[in-house]
Amino acid sequence: MRAEGSIVSEGAVCQLRDLGRIGFTEAYVLQQDFVARRKRGEIPDQFLIVEHPHVVTMGRNGRPENLLAPPELLARAGIAFHHTDRGGDVTYHGPGQIVGYPIFDLREWKRDVVAYVRGLEQVVIDALAGFGIEGARLKGATGVWTREGKIAAIGVHISRWVTSHGFALNVDTELDYFRYIVPCGLKQPVTSMRTLGCMVARDQVIRALIQSFARVFERKMETL
Amino acid sequence: MIDVVMPQMGESIVEGTLAKWLKKPGDHVERDEPLFEISTDKVDTEIPSPAAGTLAEIVIEEGKTVGINTVVGRINEGDGAGAAGSAAAPAPAPPQPSPQADGAEPSRPEPAAAAPQAPPPAPPAPAATVVEETAGPLSPLVRKMAREHNVDLSRVKGTGAGGRITKQDLEAYLASRPGPAAGAPPSAAMTTVPPGPTPPREVAPQAREVQPPPIRGEAPATRVEPMSIMRQKIAEHMAFSKRTSAHVTTVHKVDMTRVAKLRERIKGQIQAQYGFGLTFLPFVIRAASAALRQYPVVNASIDGTNIIYHRDINIGIAVALENGLIVPVIRNADEKNVIGLQRSIVDLASRARSRQLRPDEVQAGTFSVTNFGSFGSVFATPVINQPQVAIMGVGAVEKEPVVVEDAIAIRSVGYLALTFDHRLIDGALADQFTGKVKSVLENWSEEVL
Repeated sequence: MRAEGSIVSEGAVCQLRDLGRIGFTEAYVLQQDFVARRKRGEIPDQFLIVEHPHVVTMGRNGRPENLLAPPELLARAGIAFHHTDRGGDVTYHGPGQIVGYPIFDLREWKRDVVAYVRGLEQVVIDALAGFGIEGARLKGATGVWTREGKIAAIGVHISRWVTSHGFALNVDTELDYFRYIVPCGLKQPVTSMRTLGCMVARDQVIRALIQSFARVFERKMETL
Repeated sequence: MIDVVMPQMGESIVEGTLAKWLKKPGDHVERDEPLFEISTDKVDTEIPSPAAGTLAEIVIEEGKTVGINTVVGRINEGDGAGAAGSAAAPAPAPPQPSPQADGAEPSRPEPAAAAPQAPPPAPPAPAATVVEETAGPLSPLVRKMAREHNVDLSRVKGTGAGGRITKQDLEAYLASRPGPAAGAPPSAAMTTVPPGPTPPREVAPQAREVQPPPIRGEAPATRVEPMSIMRQKIAEHMAFSKRTSAHVTTVHKVDMTRVAKLRERIKGQIQAQYGFGLTFLPFVIRAASAALRQYPVVNASIDGTNIIYHRDINIGIAVALENGLIVPVIRNADEKNVIGLQRSIVDLASRARSRQLRPDEVQAGTFSVTNFGSFGSVFATPVINQPQVAIMGVGAVEKEPVVVEDAIAIRSVGYLALTFDHRLIDGALADQFTGKVKSVLENWSEEVL
């Protein structure tokens, strides 16, 4: 009945875990654990939603010059600093941001890392559309962009087709914190939903993200 | 031997960048154990080993972008079978020719096509042997330059995005290549060679086939050398500081006679008793500590629109290394007397030079002192050590004729330069601070021994 290319188990379960405010390292350890269990097939796909305290993270391809303040100064400003194994350059996470970490076995969706990243962008674009914000892709600069600048960042790690890390959407993030870095090594400004005039509750945005996530990746979301 | 190839990570993906090798040549690797990482568009992917064995060879270096199915390395499966594994182990060098091999190029006979009896003044470049496969996408300019200079691009190290070869890379390669056409086409070189070492004109064309004329004994006009990591850090830090702070330097002349006499009197005894000499630096640091206590804003940092005042007075001392600079920190400098400070300086400086400082010994400084006087400088304008807001430079202390109560006297005089961040510290305060340091030094009253 269905086209052969999309055997992708429509309705395959994805477990949703809204973990609230959680440290970057704790979330990382948790992700590692889910990744290991996902690889062993013990659990279905996972979609973790978190909010981090102030933290600057540097991806594998990160260039030190994009960190504008030494870690020591960050520490004094109450910002943690971590190197991490996702793709991409340097970024900031903090209160007011929705961070999504899908632990996804791409073999059960598409064995295509670029398609996956485009999918994550679509999830955010669709969710934003529900609030009247026009998000778009910018060629050569993965993430979601608006006329006022970048609103969501993406960085992913894949091990045996299982994903970790994911995206970060600025809802009402204090954008001043981005001045410690050159986000993703790009000179363009960073923006948030609130800066664009959208005063919306975090929970509503999370709900919209979950809906678009289920649609884009064709998953049946199961809240835990 | 099993070839390890760049995998295809999706339908539309035609190439990948080798981000990191997780194993070294000679390392044992299990089947399915992560072997290397590739990066594609914000995604880093761990690639498991296709077989168990020894990583025999790395073909594609980190940072290079290659097409899918390109062989990136080789695994020797004979690992378990006794000696085979260890024999294969020391194979670190990739099979590409090294720069040294390049140096031998001039003596290598040119391809037959390039040896006609009567070469035209500007021989056309032989059919370009440009290898673009491993070089990633190239700009038209780079392509053109490579053609003009007949460069095998597989030998040029790319530093651009994804290992792409930039114009600068090519220029650097050309400059470093001692072979023919090290920057200019052969014909141009011919006309610019000074007549001295060149053979008579008639034989020149023939000689050129074997030995290009312009090279011998003539160093290239430029030499390109990558910065050390430390140099990169220093460059980054200095430029960052200049970008960040509003640097202003104020200079005070200090009569060091009292301190100089004291030092003269006791330095022998200190050498005998403690095993190190006594310089002016611990006196200056002692005086600076007192001034920092009195003017806490000089012992502060800026965070956005907040001022962070530090409880502790941790003074960094700039130590010149053979090819760099490091600023180890004397913690709670205000709690140490002159001898304690001198001991810390000697200890930190010697361990800095032997690279045995612990990471925490170069952190948490709240103010810095640099002693350019030890190299003869009278005064200089140092760069602030971020995120601090001031640094004091100590010039050479020299005897000078000075007017004292309308008489000319010989005094030991030195200049103290304070570079301060004018965002936070006003000129008046900077001068009060430096005045305090000066006053402590000129009226030195503390016993040292």
